[in-house]
Amino acid sequence: MTVLTQNPARPHLAGDRSRIATNMTFVLVVLLVLASLFSLAIGAAGTSLWQGLSDLAMGRDLSLRDRVVLFDIRLPRTVMGILVGAALAVSGAVMQGLFRNPLADPGIVGVSAGAAFGAIVAIVLGGYLPAAIAASLGYYVVPAAAFVGSWVSTIILYRVSTRKGRTSVATMLLAGIALGSLTGAFSGVLIYIADDAQLRTLTFWGMGSVAGATWSKVLAALPLIAIALGVAPFLARGLNGLALGEAAASHMGISVQRTKNTAILTVAGATGAAVAVSGGIGFVGIVVPHLLRLMTGPDHRFLLINSALLGAALLLVADVISRTVIAPAELPIGIVTATIGGPFFFWVLLRQRGILDM
Amino acid sequence: MLTATGITASYGRREVLHGVNFDATAGQVTAIVGPNGSGKTTLMRALTGENVFDGVVFLNDQDVASAKPWQLAAVRGVLPQSTPLAFPFTVVEVVRLGLASGLTAGRGHLIPAALDRVGLTGFEGRFYQELSGGEQQRVQLARVLVQVWEPVADGSPRWLFLDEPVSALDIGHQLQVMQIARDFANAGGGVVTVMHDLNLTAMFADNVGLISEGHMVAQGAPEDVFTDQQLSHAYGCKVRVNTAPASGTFLLPHAATMAAE
Ligand SMILES: Nc1ncnc2c1ncn2[C@@H]1O[C@H](COP(=O)(O)OP(=O)(O)OP(=O)(O)O)[C@@H](O)[C@H]1O
Ligand SMILES: [Mg+2]
Repeated sequence: MTVLTQNPARPHLAGDRSRIATNMTFVLVVLLVLASLFSLAIGAAGTSLWQGLSDLAMGRDLSLRDRVVLFDIRLPRTVMGILVGAALAVSGAVMQGLFRNPLADPGIVGVSAGAAFGAIVAIVLGGYLPAAIAASLGYYVVPAAAFVGSWVSTIILYRVSTRKGRTSVATMLLAGIALGSLTGAFSGVLIYIADDAQLRTLTFWGMGSVAGATWSKVLAALPLIAIALGVAPFLARGLNGLALGEAAASHMGISVQRTKNTAILTVAGATGAAVAVSGGIGFVGIVVPHLLRLMTGPDHRFLLINSALLGAALLLVADVISRTVIAPAELPIGIVTATIGGPFFFWVLLRQRGILDM
Repeated sequence: MLTATGITASYGRREVLHGVNFDATAGQVTAIVGPNGSGKTTLMRALTGENVFDGVVFLNDQDVASAKPWQLAAVRGVLPQSTPLAFPFTVVEVVRLGLASGLTAGRGHLIPAALDRVGLTGFEGRFYQELSGGEQQRVQLARVLVQVWEPVADGSPRWLFLDEPVSALDIGHQLQVMQIARDFANAGGGVVTVMHDLNLTAMFADNVGLISEGHMVAQGAPEDVFTDQQLSHAYGCKVRVNTAPASGTFLLPHAATMAAE
């Protein structure tokens, strides 16, 4: 046995984009760091913290006001933006791999609506939970309910639109519409019976925003998103195989059923937690993976990680825009992402028209 | 060794295979022939464990119905009749997917080697979806080849299951691909392939199974299975089989005409 078995220097093959994709990971890490600094430094009403950040980096003390703004307002908001952006982008990428279609996105096919319904149930009816359960779940009631909502929606959607391992795009989109309006109607009923305080919570939440992020909200979202992001890389091989269809994936040694179950749980966890704390922020899940596929190819070993990074960076940038364009007021971030993402979605649709005509 | 006994398979309530027996030996090319809809692909799906079926299939002493996907993937690769592909992968990336099923470290050199074998050197950077049907089928074959590159590994044979590998190909590439199957078998591996071209089958196969309407009509050496009567009956047209004088083993079904009925 030779211990020093070295990989022979791999000759570069045309069409092998793995090196570009790896380099992209480094670029995206840098981008995310920069976006985080911007998100920490820039805020409403001229409270620029560049000076504070450099003081901090030099080991100098911050003023009390700067410290409060930085650690209690900006930092949780930035962390939340990273978590939500990564979760939404990875949900999109995993869902597209599962459905073998670049149009699958939790926001578009009703999974976010399912999560929102779960969250609304928890907000409006949470008071009826037995005290013991409510106390033990604590902050996690809303994310847990949103997770269940998105999980059930994903399963229904998959059952309806996929047959013998082939997804009908038209059925998927139509089922998504049906699912979205059904859960929307249920949510409407709950909103109707909600009291004033709950209504205020719901309205603010429903617009889609990472404003008002607190450490407790971050903690509420963290476990599900961390698990989903941790599991996602293990899905890469399975999703790559599924691109050739279920039979071929199985012939290549992939446990198809396990891949599908894990993918559905991952989507549900990430979408549920993101929706629970930030409401409906659309289009991140479709824009990010699509851009990356164009630039570095569809190999999920790189796509999933890079989606998380780009999704996080993009959401931070969108958040900075949302709090500066009409400063001192704030635009809900959902509006920013929809303004960018809506036209993008049209563009993807046009490129996919041949497939949709099936 | 591949043995299939009493294979009965259905789609919904329609039974399309009725107790089929089929064997294949490592070191040989075994062909499955028969008319459209006779059940060739369905039999392949049973042999590879893709569909549920009644009966038993053993591959290298492994019960296919209960084996795990990764156990089967280690000993056999499968080329489906057609392979739709989601997402824009390049040719190299598609072939590399075949490597994902084993220990892949240091096996990247198989990708150019496999592409060379199927005559696709120079296509590495092309997008799969922008290739012609025959080129796509050869890319898929390369993907299957890298999965089971060595015909014999750890002392036991590995297998190629090919569903119509040459139907979309021109004559030059038909011969090239059949030669790949032949070489794999000569080196000790097993090949099971669904064929429509009876001439090619006679040229390259050691053993043929003839299926008609879900029944295995005959299995054996090509010269025993390819008789005027059996072929005419199975395909519903008049077929006359001639032995070419140059080689005793190969036969030409020529002068085929529609059955007058
Ligand atoms: N997915 C399916 N659902 C229902 N029936 C099917 C399905 N696939 C095949 N069949 C039917 O089963 C029978 C056998 O089909 P099979 O695909 O095995 O034929 P084949 O011999 O491979 O034909 P071909 O030469 O056209 O490839 C046919 O009557 C076909 O209509
Ligand atoms: Mg067939």
